Amino acid sequence: MASQTTAAPWNDPGAKPLIRFEGVSKRFGDFVAVDQVDLAIHKGEFFSLLGASGCGKTTLLRMLAGFETPTEGRIFIDGVDMSAVPPYERPVNMMFQSYALFPHMTVEANIAFGLKQDRLPQPVITDRTKAVLDLVQMGKFATRKPHQLSGGQRQRVALARALAKEPKVLLLDEPLGALDKKLREATQLELVNIQDRVGVTFVMVTHDQEEAMTMSSRIGVMNSGRIAQVGTPVDIYEYPESRFVADFIGAANMFEASVRQSGTDQVVVNCPELAHDLIIAHNDMLPEGTPVTVMVRPEKVAISRDKPAEGLNWAQGVVADIAYLGDVSIFHVRLESGHRIEALQTNLRHTDERKLTWEDPVYLSWHPANALVLTK
Amino acid sequence: MILYGLLILAYAFLYVPIVVMIVFSFNASRLVTVWGGFSTKWYGELLHDEKVLDAAWLSLKVAMTSATVSTVLGTLAAVVLVRFTRFFGRTLFTGMVTAPLVMPEVITGLALLLLFVAMEAVVGWPSGRSFTTIVIAHTTFSLSFVTVVVRSRLSQMDASLEEAAMDLGARPLKVFLAITLPLIAPALLAGWLLAFTLSIDDVVISAFVSGPGATPLPIVIFSKVRLGVSPEINALATLVVTVVAVAMAIAGRVALKREQPRPQ
Ligand SMILES: Nc1ncnc2c1ncn2[C@@H]1O[C@H](COP(=O)(O)OP(=O)(O)OP(=O)(O)O)[C@@H](O)[C@H]1O
Ligand SMILES: [Mg+2]
Repeated sequence: MASQTTAAPWNDPGAKPLIRFEGVSKRFGDFVAVDQVDLAIHKGEFFSLLGASGCGKTTLLRMLAGFETPTEGRIFIDGVDMSAVPPYERPVNMMFQSYALFPHMTVEANIAFGLKQDRLPQPVITDRTKAVLDLVQMGKFATRKPHQLSGGQRQRVALARALAKEPKVLLLDEPLGALDKKLREATQLELVNIQDRVGVTFVMVTHDQEEAMTMSSRIGVMNSGRIAQVGTPVDIYEYPESRFVADFIGAANMFEASVRQSGTDQVVVNCPELAHDLIIAHNDMLPEGTPVTVMVRPEKVAISRDKPAEGLNWAQGVVADIAYLGDVSIFHVRLESGHRIEALQTNLRHTDERKLTWEDPVYLSWHPANALVLTK
Repeated sequence: MILYGLLILAYAFLYVPIVVMIVFSFNASRLVTVWGGFSTKWYGELLHDEKVLDAAWLSLKVAMTSATVSTVLGTLAAVVLVRFTRFFGRTLFTGMVTAPLVMPEVITGLALLLLFVAMEAVVGWPSGRSFTTIVIAHTTFSLSFVTVVVRSRLSQMDASLEEAAMDLGARPLKVFLAITLPLIAPALLAGWLLAFTLSIDDVVISAFVSGPGATPLPIVIFSKVRLGVSPEINALATLVVTVVAVAMAIAGRVALKREQPRPQ
């Protein structure tokens, strides 16, 4: 769903990023909320900051908006150092989590507020107000006060108000947090469409990984004040660089292992939880004995009654638990060692005569290219 | 039922004296304890009493002025205390602004008197006890009340509203005028009315800082009572009660209105 029109400027070493964090830290007293963040965000991106509660996402966003001053480091927007630029002079606008609509003003006046600060001529203000209200399909509600709107409508007004000034960057702090699931999903689509149309760079904070995956061109995963990994949704999911990211994004089966033999395109690891060695595609040479973690996603694990083909990694166990989710089922398989592996299977048929059930002995298998060796 | 009785008893405690006073202000007889029929003549007589009229006018001017000054200063103090969370001595200032609420009035009055006398001796201002000294004194104690009222309103206000305004390009002063002020306006009105009522019926502090040329109404009443309670005083007091009650009613309404939950 994420905008595919932009190429991947982040892969081009010559590209000049629109936003650049250089060694930015923020401390509140002794507490380090943001720790040495280096980050480059490019024009036209839909960039998401994803992380657990309290990891510093909002703080990072507020530093970009100018509400917090970095304790260390510098932030550049379009090449300009923002250190001495107050919030009211920054080319960014923010959509607040609480929406922060002015309760004593109508929808129209809320949107016109920012335009008036720029001393634009009245006809321009009127036109632009109308245009952004139409963009978010709120034209009918122009004369209402915020308390006369539903949560979803307020959210649209907040978005319109932040877009009205045509900022270089739009900051969104959990913009969909207050909406119910259905509305949320519809709005995710819409937000991406709007971003496509206006071409503004979006930086969004969220702790909902599905939301981040669906909407973003790239995601920055944060962990206690640090950026753990930056990458496209596919990179982050398929090629996490650390145990933290692998575990945080999606479900993951992980085994502690140690390197037995390392080649140019694969490694053989020994894993105490499993009866035999695993072969995993890997490009870097690792010294023998290096402790590593092997990660394989549940949907990459095949489950069968029959012994899998040669060349695959496999394990043997019994079905300990089945979670039926309608479209898919998740099988929790207990290995001899007691370790559990999750395998996800799509429910292709209505009924299956050979359906697996509790305590059935099964084989699990996965291709060497579908597992990952993590050293961090 | 018993609860109801207790409630009535408590309210009787509060209001019987006032009701008795109001009733006797309409007494035709000069003897306070004897009912001589209904009459409004004491009110008429009040209107011809220069001294009382002057005092009432002075009290009104003092109350309006000190309420206005303390609302302005109190609001500024509240804004600083609530919005600037990190400055040296914030805790101390927060404590200090509310201390006068519990300070015995006699002490406040005495301290102010000493200050005025000393200032007059050193810089020659303010000369004597006058309108100015009363206004300054009343502002001093009303200020704390206004600060407390405005501060509670401000701290309930979502700070992100101000940030949003700033984010949209408004400078701090503009943010204050266009966003903060309209949203805390009910508290300002409530604070002003509170300051007004505190000033208009103050005796203790006024006793220290008023003088022969400038005597506010409560002091006049007080000195008249010392010569014996008269129906005229009852009439005067009834008028004061009415003014205060109206002010409190408006303040109450304003306060109520702001506490009503916004329809979601
Ligand atoms: N003004 C402040 N003073 C002290 N500590 C603060 C302040 N603001 C934030 N923090 C702390 O910094 C940390 C990061 O806060 P932040 O709001 O950035 O988290 P977050 O990632 O946005 O979390 P959430 O998903 O819950 O919104 C938190 O532990 C918080 O307690
Ligand atoms: Mg947050």
